[in-house]
Amino acid sequence: MSRRRRESYSDDEDDSSRHKRRRTSDDVNIEDRLDSLITRVGEKSTSSLESNLEGLASVLEADLPNYKDKIIKILCDCVIYLPEKITVYTTLVGLLNAKNYNCGGEFTELIVRNLKDYLKTGKFEDARMTVRFIADLVNCHVLVAGSVLQMFDNLIEVTLEDNIPQVRSDFYVYAVLSALPYVGRELFEKKEQELNKLLQTIENYISKRHHIHVPSLRVWSSDDPHPQEEYLDCLWAQIKNLRNNKWMEKQISRPYNAFDSVLCDALQHTLPQIIPPSHNDEIKYPLPMVVFRIFDYTDVPEGTVLPGSHAIERYLIEEHLQKIIDSNFLERKECAAALLSFPTKNKLPLNYIIIETLFAELFNLPKERHLELFYGVLLIELCKLQPSTMPQVLAQATEMLFERIDTMHTICIERFVNWFSYHLSMFQFRWSWDDWSVCLEQDPNNPKPRFVHEVLHKILRLSYHQRVMESVPESFHCLLPLKPQPCYKYEQEGAGSLPGTMKAHALMSAIKSKCTPEEAAQILKELPSDMSDDNDLSFNPLKIDVFVSTLLYLGSKSFSHSFAALAKFHPLLKSLAETEESQIYLLKTLYSVWKSHQQMLVVLVDKLLRTQIVECSAVANWLFSDSMKQDFISGYLWEIMHSTIKKMSKQVDKLQKEVDEGRDRLDAQRRRAADGLDMDGYDEDIPTTEMIDRMEEKLESAISQQKSLFLIIFQRFIILLTEHLARCESEGIDYNTAWYKWVIERLQQVFLQHHTLVYKYVMTLEELLFTSNIDIHILEVFQQFCSLRS
Amino acid sequence: MSRSLNQRAKGKTSSVQISTYRDQHFKGSRNDQDHLLIQSTTLYVGNLSFYTTEEQIFELFSRSGDVKRVIMGLDKVRKTPCGFCFVEYYVREDAENAVRYVNSTRLDDRIIRTDWDAGFREGRQYGRGKSGGQVRDEYRSDFDEGRGGYGKIVINKIRTRD
Repeated sequence: MSRRRRESYSDDEDDSSRHKRRRTSDDVNIEDRLDSLITRVGEKSTSSLESNLEGLASVLEADLPNYKDKIIKILCDCVIYLPEKITVYTTLVGLLNAKNYNCGGEFTELIVRNLKDYLKTGKFEDARMTVRFIADLVNCHVLVAGSVLQMFDNLIEVTLEDNIPQVRSDFYVYAVLSALPYVGRELFEKKEQELNKLLQTIENYISKRHHIHVPSLRVWSSDDPHPQEEYLDCLWAQIKNLRNNKWMEKQISRPYNAFDSVLCDALQHTLPQIIPPSHNDEIKYPLPMVVFRIFDYTDVPEGTVLPGSHAIERYLIEEHLQKIIDSNFLERKECAAALLSFPTKNKLPLNYIIIETLFAELFNLPKERHLELFYGVLLIELCKLQPSTMPQVLAQATEMLFERIDTMHTICIERFVNWFSYHLSMFQFRWSWDDWSVCLEQDPNNPKPRFVHEVLHKILRLSYHQRVMESVPESFHCLLPLKPQPCYKYEQEGAGSLPGTMKAHALMSAIKSKCTPEEAAQILKELPSDMSDDNDLSFNPLKIDVFVSTLLYLGSKSFSHSFAALAKFHPLLKSLAETEESQIYLLKTLYSVWKSHQQMLVVLVDKLLRTQIVECSAVANWLFSDSMKQDFISGYLWEIMHSTIKKMSKQVDKLQKEVDEGRDRLDAQRRRAADGLDMDGYDEDIPTTEMIDRMEEKLESAISQQKSLFLIIFQRFIILLTEHLARCESEGIDYNTAWYKWVIERLQQVFLQHHTLVYKYVMTLEELLFTSNIDIHILEVFQQFCSLRS
Repeated sequence: MSRSLNQRAKGKTSSVQISTYRDQHFKGSRNDQDHLLIQSTTLYVGNLSFYTTEEQIFELFSRSGDVKRVIMGLDKVRKTPCGFCFVEYYVREDAENAVRYVNSTRLDDRIIRTDWDAGFREGRQYGRGKSGGQVRDEYRSDFDEGRGGYGKIVINKIRTRD
């Protein structure tokens, strides 16, 4: 009996648990199915979008009783993750609202809550897409027009606030302007007066904005052949045109129009009040932009029309392409395919607009929107998918970029070099170089010859010297880099008369027979400490010279050999170069061995920094030193400079993280102790107060190193540029030389590329370096940088 | 969040998932191996020309992030490059970008292939083919100039015929 009871009991239990498990997995299945149905609607399909939407709306309607929250949540995710399909989803929400009024209401509630949250937490792009989505809901009869106008008014009111940075009001105006193409017509028909009032407020705002930041964000300094406009000015001009066209545009696909008869019967909701959160200095608003233009209608073949630069269609197409890229950039093949299946592709010179959009993103200042490499590989995928048309358009664009390179920003030239060298390496380095022979007659410091020279350097890195030589016509050989090889002075002709030669040879054979670092140090000890009259040096330059050049020469076979050599003698290297002066000397020695191998210099300086043989400040001072003068406008030198700054900041970030985590753990432990909880098993990784103090000290010192690194860099820039300007003035010559352009734009690059970091020290920089005493040309660069966020 | 959108937001799309290949010489369970692969910062790179240098590999792979080291694959017998290597990054994200954007592109005019590797161990740098190179170069029947001409078995056949 008892057994039977137990059996039945256990049977019951089994049954119910099995039942439960099945239900949960069913739930998951249904949720996954809903997820996939909703996120994929609007993709390529054999049936029409309208019938897919209708079908989906019916499916969702049936699932609403059980899965309403889930469905609404997925839809809200689509608002920000699939913004390129905005009108597909507004239509879907409209259809659901028509079937189920409550569902529309709950969706509205959630999307408004999300919008407020995005604004509060600084997710401004998500906020902008949400504003647009809400606006488009008017077209689907989910919201009343007046309600959306009220939202716009509230957002635009920010422009009337006092003492706020322009970037704040810019964002709110941008959010409204970029929603207007979607809902302008409805507002015009239903609320013309209110709409006009809104536009008047915007116009007032647009007319009083400052433009100090613009020069630093332009890809080209010239407006010839195409004006490079500030983004809000440009969008405002486009919106004004749209208004003149009675808010009729030809670009947005509006699937809801097909459902007009269903939707017009739906009940509409009103929005709750949406008041922008007030400003505080912690908030990082989006930076301003300048619109990149390379093509106009005369560049594209007959039969298709490129919308003019002030046509709203140009804006809508470009933004749509950007959104497609943002949604697909992780999968390059899908991204290329998605771009090429652009909805209105047959009416447009699509390849041209895609190329312009991609270069706009690649050249975007201060930062490219995605990894540089991504654009390179995406362009190759596009060429593969459209082999008969895309390569020509890309070549045409490349020609134009080269043609206009004289006024191109140095940062963009650098990205152009990186991309072009990469691109050529994917196409067997074939290029019609002869078309560019104009650069052979120019001063080698001019942008065109420098560009070609830098490209050849990068190609060299991706291939080998002979290959580069064979890839360009003989007339271009004057721009060819030298064949990279080490220069070891202790084995060259005349080495006998050098003071260190004997020991260098002894050291070489000792290292070759695998001597210990101590034995090597012993050999160095025998070197005379006094090479010249400068005996007040804090170190022995001859020791460094003999040891470092011999070590590097022995490791010259490959990077790995060099790394191994540095690793084996790490303590000795550190002891030879304890002071900054000696570290700079070590770097000079490195340069004397490897000056013909830029990549080796880049890689070895990286290694020396990471292994803490040299410090960041030593590298910066070395790069600005006289011994690097001849390479000062070379790309690789700046590659080293920026990677040095980056490493410094990574170190600060790492220490900051350690301190934060340590503090968190300590606090948590204190709370547990205060609650009288058992602390066994926790004590292992809980730092003591002293440990945290020490971590904080380390962090402090790293931060002060970072600050001094920036001070060194900016101070050296100021000295260099001031000297140049003064010399030109006294000699009565034009200061604006090729060299000057490279250098002042490199200064700009340090500000732009590391803007968040530099911004931390902006007060110090203003007080110590960028004072009103310095030349206005230099000061301007600083002011432009400051205005990016003001 | 929606599952598919969430995966995308975290960057876990199909191209960076681990492939079906598993190193048969791995010491440890399949689970250990998968665990390492999912966190790895090291890539196996295949279909290189024997003539491609460490420097070239460094340059191309550095375009997705900071490369820690490149370990050239060597012929077990001759100790010369035999057409593969390992590329190790400092951080996972950079390695993922290499899988996304360098895999199946060209280096020295050859389409190279990347795969996740569980992490370099001494000995892994040598070819595992009978003659010292990679196994695929034993059995290959086509002529591949960048990889020593015909496959080893074919070469031996040609030789014996002579």
